[in-house]
Amino acid sequence: MIISVASGKGGTGKTLVATSLAISLKDKHPVQILDCDVEEPNAHIFLKPVISDTEPVCLRIPVVDKEECNFCGRCAEVCAFNAIAVVTKNVLVFPNLCHGCGACSYLCPEGAITEEDKQTGVIESGQADGLSFVQGRLDVGEVMPVPIITEVKKRTESDKIVIVDVPPGTSCPVVQSVSGSDFCLLVTEPTPFGLNDLVLAVETARELDVTCGVVINRVGTGDLEVEEYCKKENIPVLLKIPLDAEIARLYSGGVTLADGMPEWKAVFNNLFSEIMEIVDERNRSLKR
Amino acid sequence: MKIAISAAEPGLGAQIDPRFGRCQYFVVIDLETMEFESVENASAIASGGAGTSAAQMIAEKGVEAVITGNCGPNAFQVLAAAGINVLTGLTGTVKEAIQKYKDGSLNVTVQPNVPDHFGSGGGRGGGLGGGRGMRWR
Repeated sequence: MIISVASGKGGTGKTLVATSLAISLKDKHPVQILDCDVEEPNAHIFLKPVISDTEPVCLRIPVVDKEECNFCGRCAEVCAFNAIAVVTKNVLVFPNLCHGCGACSYLCPEGAITEEDKQTGVIESGQADGLSFVQGRLDVGEVMPVPIITEVKKRTESDKIVIVDVPPGTSCPVVQSVSGSDFCLLVTEPTPFGLNDLVLAVETARELDVTCGVVINRVGTGDLEVEEYCKKENIPVLLKIPLDAEIARLYSGGVTLADGMPEWKAVFNNLFSEIMEIVDERNRSLKR
Repeated sequence: MKIAISAAEPGLGAQIDPRFGRCQYFVVIDLETMEFESVENASAIASGGAGTSAAQMIAEKGVEAVITGNCGPNAFQVLAAAGINVLTGLTGTVKEAIQKYKDGSLNVTVQPNVPDHFGSGGGRGGGLGGGRGMRWR
C-alpha cells in the first residue's frame, strides 16, 4: 500500500501530514517513509532517524577518447538533451545537461565513448523509532533530482504501508514520486494560491491514474473556493487541519502533529481507514 | 565571410532576439555578397540544452561571428570551441547590427554575459511545471 503526499504549492503541510500519518500508523502496522523531496528533504527533522546506510547515486557521463573519435557528430545528433556538441575537431560534453541515458556511447560508430560515474546525490536509510526510513539527497550544485528519486523508490518495501513525501510543484520530480502510488493525498490551503496549484496537482494525479483525496491545512484562513472545487470535481476532502498557533509552535520546534498533540493519532488512523476504503472500492470496480 | 544574428523574425528588418539559444530565427549573412538566409531555430523549444544545440547548428553554417543579446556559458563554450566570435548586448534591427559590425564599432565578448538557463522562462524548474512552490515566491 503506497500513499504519496503531494501538494502542488509548497509549504502547505505535506511533511506535517506525511510524518504524522507515519507516526500514527506505526503502532499497528509496519510503516516505511520515503522522503522524495531530494532537493530539500526535511522529514528527518521530525522523525530523527538513525541512518545506518549511505549509498552514492551516480549518473553515467560520457567520456570521449579524442584519439578514436573522428568527429562524425553522431553522439550530438542522438543526444536528446543536447549534452554533447561536436564542432570542427572538438567534442564538448556538458555533464550538467546529461541524463546518463547512454545513447551516445551505445551508438558511437567508432567506439570512442566510454562512461564514468559522476555522483549527483546520496540515499540514506535507517530506522526512526520503529519506522523504516529512506531519504534521497541531491548534491549541492546538481540539477537533476529524478535519478535520486528513482533510487529512493527502488527501496520501497511493498509489504509495509509506504508513505511518500513528495516534492512541491507538478514537474518531473513530482511525477516520478507519485507514479505507482495506490493513493495520492493532496495537501492544500484554502487560499487562491493553494487552489491554483491544487488544480494542477489533481490534473497530474489523474494523468498518472492515481486516485486522490484532499487535506485542507490552515482552515480558518482564506476562503471556501478549495472546498467548492473539490465538490465540483468529486474529490473527497478527507481531513481539515485548523490554523492553530500551537501546531505551528510545535512544528517549528521539530515536533510533528501526531507527536505534539497525541489526540491527532486517532484522526490520522481514521484518515488511513478512509483511504483504504477508497482504494478497496476502486480495486473492486476495476475487477468488475 | 559570414555572420549570424539572433532574430525575432526572418529577414533583415527583424528585431534582434535578445536570447541566443532560444531565439526564433538566425539571420545568416555573407558580408561580401550581402546574400542572406533566415534559419528557423529548432532549439527554441528544446526542454534543455537549447544553447549548445543552437551553437552547434550555427557552427555548421561556417560563420565567423554571432551577434546576439545574451549568451550563456554552455553556448559560449561551443561557439568558442568552433572559433566563433560572440558579440552580445545588441538591440535594434538585424540590419543595424550588420552595419555596426561592418563599421567595426562592436567589441567581441570574451565571456558569457548571462548564467545558464537565463533565456528559458521562469527559471530552472519554474518554467516547466510550477517550480518549488512558496520557496520561490
